[in-house]
Amino acid sequence: MTDKELKLKSVFLRKNLLKYIYKAKAGHTGGSLSCVDILNVLYNRVLNVDPSNFKNPNRDRYIQSKGHCVEALFVTLSDRGFFPESDLETLCQYQSHYIGHPTKKVNGVEQNTGALGHGLPICVGEAIAAKLDKKEHRIFTLLGDGELPEGSNWEAFLSASHYKLDNLYAILDNNKQQITGSNQEVMNTDSLRDKLEAFGWSVREVDGHNLADLDEALNNGPFEAGKPNFIIAHTIKGKGISYMERVLKWHHGVPSPEQYDLALSELDATEALI
Amino acid sequence: MELDKIVEKDLKMGSANQEIFAKTLESLAATDKSIIVVTSDSRGSGKLVPFGQKFPEQIVEVGIAEQNLVGVAAGLASAGKKSFAISPACFLTARALEQIKNDVAYSDNPVKLVGISAGVSYGALGTTHHSLHDFAVLRAINNMIIVAPADNFETEQAVLLAAKLEQPIYLRFGKKPMPFLSEENQEFEFGKGRIIRKGNNLTIIANGETVYPAWQAAKALEEKHGVSAKVISMHTIKPLDTALLDELAAEGKPIITVEEQMVNGGLGEACASYLFQKGARNRFHIIGIPDEYTVTGSQGEIFNHYGISRDGILAQAETLLK
Ligand SMILES: Cc1ncc(C[n+]2csc(CCOP(=O)(O)OP(=O)(O)O)c2C)c(N)n1
Ligand SMILES: [Mg+2]
Repeated sequence: MTDKELKLKSVFLRKNLLKYIYKAKAGHTGGSLSCVDILNVLYNRVLNVDPSNFKNPNRDRYIQSKGHCVEALFVTLSDRGFFPESDLETLCQYQSHYIGHPTKKVNGVEQNTGALGHGLPICVGEAIAAKLDKKEHRIFTLLGDGELPEGSNWEAFLSASHYKLDNLYAILDNNKQQITGSNQEVMNTDSLRDKLEAFGWSVREVDGHNLADLDEALNNGPFEAGKPNFIIAHTIKGKGISYMERVLKWHHGVPSPEQYDLALSELDATEALI
Repeated sequence: MELDKIVEKDLKMGSANQEIFAKTLESLAATDKSIIVVTSDSRGSGKLVPFGQKFPEQIVEVGIAEQNLVGVAAGLASAGKKSFAISPACFLTARALEQIKNDVAYSDNPVKLVGISAGVSYGALGTTHHSLHDFAVLRAINNMIIVAPADNFETEQAVLLAAKLEQPIYLRFGKKPMPFLSEENQEFEFGKGRIIRKGNNLTIIANGETVYPAWQAAKALEEKHGVSAKVISMHTIKPLDTALLDELAAEGKPIITVEEQMVNGGLGEACASYLFQKGARNRFHIIGIPDEYTVTGSQGEIFNHYGISRDGILAQAETLLK
């Protein structure tokens, strides 16, 4: 896939996640828009995963700790051929496997997530197992910044460096907001980089909407031999839709018909510029 | 009796119980400065945004960190504050269970634990967001009162009483608007079931948001079969109203329990355990969520799927009355 095609893909994924949130009348819109570029790069440039043989033990693992942004994951997975896009017509409906959080009933999903603070410890376990089995695959997780205060994350930060898990990549969707307000107002994680380095991680910061930067960072690990990798991806909640960007209510807001049309026309305009 | 009139008239619609919880707490906090609300990025779902604006000194935000939430609430309670720890029931009673067991119950710190959007209120968000275990796990912890109010009246009373309580308590609320279920019976006490509809052929014991479908089923039984079913809101699961259960045992009529909970260890099993150890001979059936991967869908769809509905309860009553 060319760089241009990858950029177009990001627009397509944004349109698609909005489409299914709009249809299901439910979804985590802001956080899906902030992490969809990361997912695009992961699934189209980084992860060694095969939709027709997902269970291959040598596959790279991606466990989405911020499970509420499942819409970004589902549209990325369906685009990569893990399941037909038409499955998403049933999103959040009675007896559908496509619910408001990732579940292993869906091809391509590694773990059932949704309660925050669970992804990283599971990744530590996967990464230890890969080391024990002398396997080359890498383990990725995506964390929300509001999720960081969960104590389990800090327990796992310790374990990851204790076990020298340089095959582990934690990506932070650093959109600076959560439900109640900004991270700064709710619970600050100031000097995050220093904290993580003090915990023994190797940290890089990238623009989480710059596909080339993400590609470069995620494909050039480990950053330091013997250290787990942390990528602070600076993002914007609601990225790509002007009236959603940095506006709290879009955490789980569903667009009205007019807002939906406006969002699509904004994305068309973005697309035309690529 | 006044109670019999309820059948005749339609129910008046109220608000979601968790909204009434927030409003009641707000009115208390205006004069009682020892009330402190502790939230974990949960004030929006807890309808406590206005509380935070009016009483910024009386709200402590810990971020998304439920174990910390309960620990901090325990410390506040230990220091003499009336602390209310508010979080979705699923996270509060699973993530912070050890804090609840050790720092609240065992250490006797009178925290008011408030589980919001309980049971399957979160519907299609799935199992991570459902609390189908909270009755069972909290029942297995000593020194814990467990209350799931049915309507806005019970909710308001429960919050008023909880604020005065010197003992740990868990209040469990849903987010669906609830009708007022018994305007005639205006008595509320922890540990005393409320008879919200009189009847003598059968008894339906329910709590929380399942009292309403129980009431609807009782009405349908009357209309369809001329059967009169007693409906009890067993809002307090612990301590259980054993005196009321003794009366039901003496009556000997069939009993159906209904709960928004997995059947393992919930309201139904609590009633059954008491009744049958006492030698009761009533026919008995528990309606709740079975021990399986919960069907996906909205709260209403999940309720219908498992017969936690007027028709489901009605069908079960018909079977027991055969
Ligand atoms: C353990 C747990 N507590 C609370 C929640 C409810 N919740 C869902 S999303 C969210 C805010 C998440 O903020 P952040 O991690 O910053 O996500 P993003 O901004 O990327 O959407 C909360 C509190 C949850 N899912 N899990
Ligand atoms: Mg965030």
